[in-house]
Amino acid sequence: MIEVKDVSFTYPNDVEALHGVSLKIQDGEFVAIMGQNGAGKTTLVKHFNGLLKPTKGEVVVDGVNTTKASVATLSRKVGFVFQNPDHQLFCETVKDEIAFALKNFGFKENTIKKRVTWALNLLDLKKYRKTSPFMLSGGERKRVALASVLAWNPKVIILDEPTIGQDQKQKDRLRQFINQLITQGKTVVIVTHDVEFVAECNPKIVLMANGKILAEGSAKQILTNRYLLTQASIVLPQIAQIFTGLADLGLPIDVINVHEAKKVLLDFMEVNS
Amino acid sequence: MSVFEGLRFRRVSSPIHRLDPRVKFFYVCVLFVITIMFGGTINNPELLPLIVLFFIQIPFVLAAGVKREWARSMRGAAFLVAFIFAFNFIFRYIYGNYESFALLLEYSFAMALRFLVLVESFSIFFLTTSPDHLGLALEQTHVPYEFCFAFTTAVRFVPVLAEEAQTIMDAQKARGLELERGNFIKRIKNYIPLLIPLIVNAIRRSLELAEAMESRAWGATEKRTNLYVLTLKNSDYILVVLSVLMLILAVYVRLLPPIPPLTVLLHI
Repeated sequence: MIEVKDVSFTYPNDVEALHGVSLKIQDGEFVAIMGQNGAGKTTLVKHFNGLLKPTKGEVVVDGVNTTKASVATLSRKVGFVFQNPDHQLFCETVKDEIAFALKNFGFKENTIKKRVTWALNLLDLKKYRKTSPFMLSGGERKRVALASVLAWNPKVIILDEPTIGQDQKQKDRLRQFINQLITQGKTVVIVTHDVEFVAECNPKIVLMANGKILAEGSAKQILTNRYLLTQASIVLPQIAQIFTGLADLGLPIDVINVHEAKKVLLDFMEVNS
Repeated sequence: MSVFEGLRFRRVSSPIHRLDPRVKFFYVCVLFVITIMFGGTINNPELLPLIVLFFIQIPFVLAAGVKREWARSMRGAAFLVAFIFAFNFIFRYIYGNYESFALLLEYSFAMALRFLVLVESFSIFFLTTSPDHLGLALEQTHVPYEFCFAFTTAVRFVPVLAEEAQTIMDAQKARGLELERGNFIKRIKNYIPLLIPLIVNAIRRSLELAEAMESRAWGATEKRTNLYVLTLKNSDYILVVLSVLMLILAVYVRLLPPIPPLTVLLHI
């Protein structure tokens, strides 16, 4: 469980990125942190594995105060996948890339081998195991970065802007993949401003603006609240826009994803015909 | 990264910011030469002129309104200054041809201060000169445009690279990399996961930049004209004269017998 207690954070250049943020993330929860650029989303999640330490307040991960543990120890539990895979790939082959973190954490040689194979299969990268990560496409590089984190099987997985620069097919795969992680009991935290993606995933949403948490709630509650979303400079998902526009017809307004919309519309047509 | 912070330009207007960059550079060079001229020897360290040189620049800092940035760059240099002090002190102590302990201390201090004065003058120059002005100055001193452009771009990308290095460090730490772990060789090896992504990204970015520049017709005409042309104003002439006078004075003092160390002057 991750507990953020009244945390404020100021960068060395005197920019105050977080003001008094409090948040609890339970084990096995799927949370999306949303907000416009500069709202403090990434700053907040960087506290979860101790990359940043709060200027005020405290962050407790699984009962450990992050100020009292190193990034390496915390990372064992909290895997952080960075936005840009090019900021971490450096090995000669994909296989080595995935083994890097495992070596750092001191896994045994044969465990490393097993885990690497497992991670390669998981993200469908087996055919690239001996390819240089620099030769892969953007989407594939992103998958290698993800595999290199999942390989050590952390309890919590943080994905920073996972959908940026991904085509629809990749996004769909990512969504299925996240669902798979949730069913395995992992805690997944994504940082994003991709409303459509979030609407389809249906996580718990933490909405941020100007270094503060504006609201917390289910995707339905938050993504249909135009007032809240405007404050965070986010637009309603397209489906929600249609349904709020058609409210006069007696349709519900809390519909955010395609699957649900289809069902509601079919029912509506049946009743009215 | 605090050293870089001290060199980062901020767009403000002050009498110092408005000075011609060429003149300012001349002034910095004069200061550089004078600083190198003084320092003395182990048994006659010249701390006094270095202290004067350090304080002579404070009015510039105040006039330019960059006190905080300046203080930051001084703090950034502190580690190296301490290192130079310790290095001089320890090795001169081991070498052991010093006359008194006070002189040894003063000499080490003078060497450290000499470095600090150099950092100070360059930091004032970079804090008060925009990269654009710097490029303009180079261009108007007839340096080929390709070089000017490469230079200003390099300067402009220093903070970007510093920021990127920080992100890469975070990303690798999140994968369990501990920079401080292991023996000397291992510690050097620890930097490979930082350097490779940094270099690869820098090369990628430079290629992207080149393409973007070319698609905006970079180098289409042989002779470029400039919207802004640097002209020397009265304040610039004053600084030139001041710098020349300082240099003459310094050379004159240098031709006299060496300045006695502070320990002798103060009868310690």
